[in-house]
Amino acid sequence: MTIRALCCLRPVIKKEFLQIRRDTRSLIFMVFLPAFMLLMFGSALNFDVKHIPLAVVDQDGSRTSRDLVDKFRTTEYFDLKAVLSKTAEIDPLMAREDIRVALVIPVKFADDLLAGRSPSVQVLVDGSSAMSGTTAMGYISAILQSYSQKITLAALERRGLADVSLPLAAEVRVWYNPELRSANFLVPGLMAFILMVIVTVSTAFSIVREKERGTMDQIRVSSIRPLELILGKMIPYVVISLGSAHLVLFLGQALFGVGIRGSYPLLLLSMVLFVIGALGQGLLISSITRTQQVAFLLAFLTTMLPNFILSGFVFPIRNMPPVIQAVTYLVPARYFLAALRAIILKGAGMAAIWGQLLLLTAFAALMLGVSAARLGKGDEERPRRRRRPA
Amino acid sequence: MAEHSIEVKSLTKRFGDFTAVDAVSFEVDRGRIFGFLGANGAGKSTTIRMLCGLLDPTSGTATVGGFDIRREPERVKRTIGYMSQKFSLYEDLTVAENIRFFGGAYGLPKKTVDARLAWVLEMAGLKGRERSLTRTLSVGWKQRLALGCAVLHEPRIVFLDEPTGGVDPASRRRFWELINDLSEQGITVFVTTHYMDEAEYCNDIRLIHAGRIVAGGSPQELKTNTIRNPILEVSSDRIVEAMEILQKEPWVLETSIFGTSLHISVADEQEGRRLVRDRLDREGIAVHRIDRIMPSLEDVFIHKIEEQERGVGAEEARP
Repeated sequence: MTIRALCCLRPVIKKEFLQIRRDTRSLIFMVFLPAFMLLMFGSALNFDVKHIPLAVVDQDGSRTSRDLVDKFRTTEYFDLKAVLSKTAEIDPLMAREDIRVALVIPVKFADDLLAGRSPSVQVLVDGSSAMSGTTAMGYISAILQSYSQKITLAALERRGLADVSLPLAAEVRVWYNPELRSANFLVPGLMAFILMVIVTVSTAFSIVREKERGTMDQIRVSSIRPLELILGKMIPYVVISLGSAHLVLFLGQALFGVGIRGSYPLLLLSMVLFVIGALGQGLLISSITRTQQVAFLLAFLTTMLPNFILSGFVFPIRNMPPVIQAVTYLVPARYFLAALRAIILKGAGMAAIWGQLLLLTAFAALMLGVSAARLGKGDEERPRRRRRPA
Repeated sequence: MAEHSIEVKSLTKRFGDFTAVDAVSFEVDRGRIFGFLGANGAGKSTTIRMLCGLLDPTSGTATVGGFDIRREPERVKRTIGYMSQKFSLYEDLTVAENIRFFGGAYGLPKKTVDARLAWVLEMAGLKGRERSLTRTLSVGWKQRLALGCAVLHEPRIVFLDEPTGGVDPASRRRFWELINDLSEQGITVFVTTHYMDEAEYCNDIRLIHAGRIVAGGSPQELKTNTIRNPILEVSSDRIVEAMEILQKEPWVLETSIFGTSLHISVADEQEGRRLVRDRLDREGIAVHRIDRIMPSLEDVFIHKIEEQERGVGAEEARP
């Protein structure tokens, strides 16, 4: 069997490469679409909130209040668009989305501060974009906090308590992604997403196409075994999709500055395992459907949504309800993503990710096994033109 | 070595409650051209797919080239060539690439593939078009290329499933010459068709209708033995009216229109001639001539199908 398996594998691989080469559109789909999607998603899915347009109503007009406004002027998180004189002017600006945040400094702000009366600064946030609104509020309170600390310390100093320190100071260090940049988080996620969707969709077509054209029967009467057919169809796609995965890696580094901290061979191993699983899923879909349209739909639905929503790509799995969390265990991208983030961002080794790799291997074996069994069994297809009693 | 190339015993295939092939039995001798005739949906393709090991039979047995299709499907596959209805070639590969792929798919060594490549090009008349994409070929060429690919590995038995569908008459004639060549080389050819004229090229015929074999034999046997009553060909200007009138007569057994003349079956030739003239004269329909004719295969099949449907009952569909 093993020796025979080698004999009919070559013609299949050769044929697939010839067909892929002739089908320019699919080739572009597989090689360049991932890179293109990385650019699109990489720019669009940016959760970092910077340059939030801001307006200030400075009703005090003191040196202290201008000092506070300067704090917002000098940070890259906010763009000071307007200094207004009346609160009534805020509404039209925010309605036009010229500004997202407004800061109202009350009258006698400086006096109250000096007198130790804790004046309130009003912050108005555009809640229609909830995500960036929340982030903006976080930044604002941080800035106000540090400002009020400074004021308190200065006041204490003036009273002669020269060497005062605050009782507790938190010193936060972020590991693995020190700047908390979304790109670091997204590029590995995109890799998984792109590979899964592209690979599954393109292989889902491959067997269905043979069925539609009738060449499947021709292959089944030949000496080609189901396993040879599956391997022969897979190998070219593995090669091409790994090529496109490297393009994504390269662009991730060149454009988004996401470098690989961990071992490259380990990264390659994870990619190969994941791609084989995705291919297996595509082949399985291909073997249970009869038309290219149905195959495409099924491939798209079973990869697109789970990979986007359930893999931890965008939404953290541990924040999901327990039932949904249980479902995510069925999504191979979950394991790949965990392994990928561990290798790329944390520089993790085999010890940290062997569990994920094992599950990926199991998924790939399951998919390939089931599709080989399906193909071997043959097609219990009813004749198309069935004669009905008149 | 089995006496017959193909032996089929009560082969049956059911899809749910639908019986596509119903207890079919026949034998095919080595080197013969065996024609399997019937309308679309009669069960021709289902039978061929079972014999090629592409479909498991529900019941019954068959041997192909001496191998049991259930127990030794792999050996069956190595003995046969199969050409499906759609001339299943890779349209996005060139002529030579198709031949080389199928050569490899049958596990032929490269040297053999080279030799067979030249043979197929010669046989199909595709010399000089090796590098043409298959999709650019005419239907006749595709058909001959598909036949070439099906016999690359020089099988002893070839199954051709409606090989001439949608092909122009000249290409069809040429294709049948190729089938004859195969037969002369001792290769058994099992061919399905719904063209009656093609049935004449076969050594042996079975007619399948609604999953059952309703007639069989050589074309000559079928024509002489099936219909015992003489058939008269009546030429007239008003054949439709003539048919409506004659149908009602008790001495007219069967009627059908063939082109511009009417075929009727009667019990006795001389008596029939006289009765037809008398009856149509009375209606003022001029009869140009009446000839006794040999029944065509089409007459035979219509006769057989009507016979079967009368027997089987009204629930069977009409062709």
